[in-house]
Amino acid sequence: MSAHTDTMLYLDGVSVAFDGFKAINNLAIIVKPAEMLAIIGPNGAGKTTMMDIITGKTRPDAGQVLFDGRTDLTRLDEAAIANLGIGRKFQKPAVFESHTVWDNLEMALKKPRGIFSTLFYTASDDDVARITEILETVRLIARKDEFAANLSHGQKQWLEIGMLLAQDPKLLLVDEPVAGMTDSETEETAKLLREISKTRSVVVVEHDMSFVRDLGSRVVCLAEGSVLAEGSLDQVSANPVVIERYLGR
Amino acid sequence: MLTQALFRALDKKAIWVIAIFLAVAVLVPMANLLIPPGQFGHVPTYLVSLMGKYLAYAILALALDLVWGYCGILSLGHGAFFALGGYAMGMYLMRQIGTRGVYGHPVLPDFMVFLNYSELPWFWLGMDNFWFAMLMVVFVPGLLAFVFGFFAFRSRVTGVYLSIITQAMTFALLLAFFRNDMGFGGNNGLTDFKDILGVSVQAQSTRATLFAATAIALALSVLVCSMIVNSKLGKVMVAVRDAESRTRFLGYRVEYVKLFAFTVSAIMAGIAGALYVPQVGIINPSEFDPANSIEVVIWTAVGGRGTLIGPIIGAIVVNLGKSWFTTTLPELWLFALGALFVFTTLFLPKGIVGLWHQARDRMRRRTEPEERPEPPTPAQSADIERGEDPASFGHEAQPKPAE
Ligand SMILES: Nc1ncnc2c1ncn2[C@@H]1O[C@H](COP(=O)(O)OP(=O)(O)OP(=O)(O)O)[C@@H](O)[C@H]1O
Ligand SMILES: [Mg+2]
Repeated sequence: MSAHTDTMLYLDGVSVAFDGFKAINNLAIIVKPAEMLAIIGPNGAGKTTMMDIITGKTRPDAGQVLFDGRTDLTRLDEAAIANLGIGRKFQKPAVFESHTVWDNLEMALKKPRGIFSTLFYTASDDDVARITEILETVRLIARKDEFAANLSHGQKQWLEIGMLLAQDPKLLLVDEPVAGMTDSETEETAKLLREISKTRSVVVVEHDMSFVRDLGSRVVCLAEGSVLAEGSLDQVSANPVVIERYLGR
Repeated sequence: MLTQALFRALDKKAIWVIAIFLAVAVLVPMANLLIPPGQFGHVPTYLVSLMGKYLAYAILALALDLVWGYCGILSLGHGAFFALGGYAMGMYLMRQIGTRGVYGHPVLPDFMVFLNYSELPWFWLGMDNFWFAMLMVVFVPGLLAFVFGFFAFRSRVTGVYLSIITQAMTFALLLAFFRNDMGFGGNNGLTDFKDILGVSVQAQSTRATLFAATAIALALSVLVCSMIVNSKLGKVMVAVRDAESRTRFLGYRVEYVKLFAFTVSAIMAGIAGALYVPQVGIINPSEFDPANSIEVVIWTAVGGRGTLIGPIIGAIVVNLGKSWFTTTLPELWLFALGALFVFTTLFLPKGIVGLWHQARDRMRRRTEPEERPEPPTPAQSADIERGEDPASFGHEAQPKPAE
């Protein structure tokens, strides 16, 4: 019980198979409090599946998944895990298209999630200020009353990042956040994530190497469901196996 | 807290709808009772009851829309909740007959005497008390919906699978209520009502009062639905409709959101049934017919789901059509209904209300070029089964079908 006391996320010996195909194979990953971890790896390496396991969407066949050093996530469902303080941004932007940008954030805002507290919820001045602040951070303030369906791909990504911020989680799982963003937007995103990781743990999955370099964090390279290499980006990208299996392609 | 919720409910268009039905609740009975027959403006009593029936259907359609249009649960069994509310009212009315039945038994209704019952079955006890019966009108459908929904939503039964089990539920009740030994009058159901609250059900003033009660109940239903859909919970319901799985990752308990909507909706349907029965004078097992529940879906689709006024318009318009057809071309009604549904699905995905919005937007676009885009409403056909918008979400956010 000592290995995982000071961790925000602790995965050990995790495996999951889909119809006999091992998508995750004896995976071990540790994320410390207020630490950022970038995960790279070829398509089909199991990066998204790993997030599915952490957030309760997929049950692992074996292994340990602990949050905050003590909570066993494999026993909980999606809503319970989200309420523990784990927020997720999906690979394909998943915002609520028939709601306005504002309403998307209001629903995400960290507030009691019970039926009756939701039914009788009225935004307090603090809530309005917080949502406005997030809208400014993700640069959607001018579009707050528009339906999320009308946003561009990159703006949907930003909105989803905004929803993550609104949830105020302890651990953020961010799957390919900069797909569809311009170079300057990508830089902004890296800056924002670096800022967030000062106080929270962040796991970022991304294929964009210059973005990963901007993050300046520890890097793990996954392949075929397990860790191929780990270290700084320079160490990992100098690793001959990583070059052969991922970067060299 | 409650006042803010009420305030939210009353803004926007809902206040108009509520005002209109409250006005109707006063004006129609006045036109019936105060203006003498033959004079301009008189509404004949049969028409008052017919309109009362339509308004009861409108409440039922609104109830269905709350779960289907706003929460993506396509219930094909809402007729069951309506019928249960109707039976509770029917039982009260039966017990008011007293010795005036054919057999003149002071306690037992005629059909029980005929079937050699020696005493009232336990579930008939207390039904002679109006308030107890009214409690059952909301309690029985509410409890059934709660228990049914609890198991269905907890096991994540969604889409077509859920629709099928709601059909099975109403079909099972249909078969059960057909049986004589169930104690609900078998296939004849409950009828020959005499009094309600001490006055004759047939009396002109009673019929006018029942109409007014139905119109007021409809106005209150609109108020309650408006309160729900304009709240944050209403937004979460729409989120569940469009992307159930994504909503879970935000920490909302989707199963409870659905359970809430389903139970409230079933209670509304039960009240509609209770108002319907004294106005038509009979309740029998055919009300549980699965086809009835499907008809409610058609009314809602035709009027425009996901709006508060749509299902009300749909229920009234389609039933006006039905009344016309069944008197002039009865054998063609089902074909007309089917054609109407196909036509709406293909050409009017947002129903009559959507047509109105389109026309209004075209008018506005002519006057002012910059126009805010319409809210995207999920297309009607393919996603009906899934309750979500396939265009907007990748496979990651798709709910899994039933295990
Ligand atoms: N629910 C599922 N059923 C069957 N196979 C699955 C399922 N989810 C993932 N897989 C398979 O598991 C493997 C890992 O997929 P995953 O989406 O985790 O990869 P990834 O690393 O996120 O790739 P990408 O970089 O393309 O996003 C893939 O081969 C995928 O086809
Ligand atoms: Mg992926």
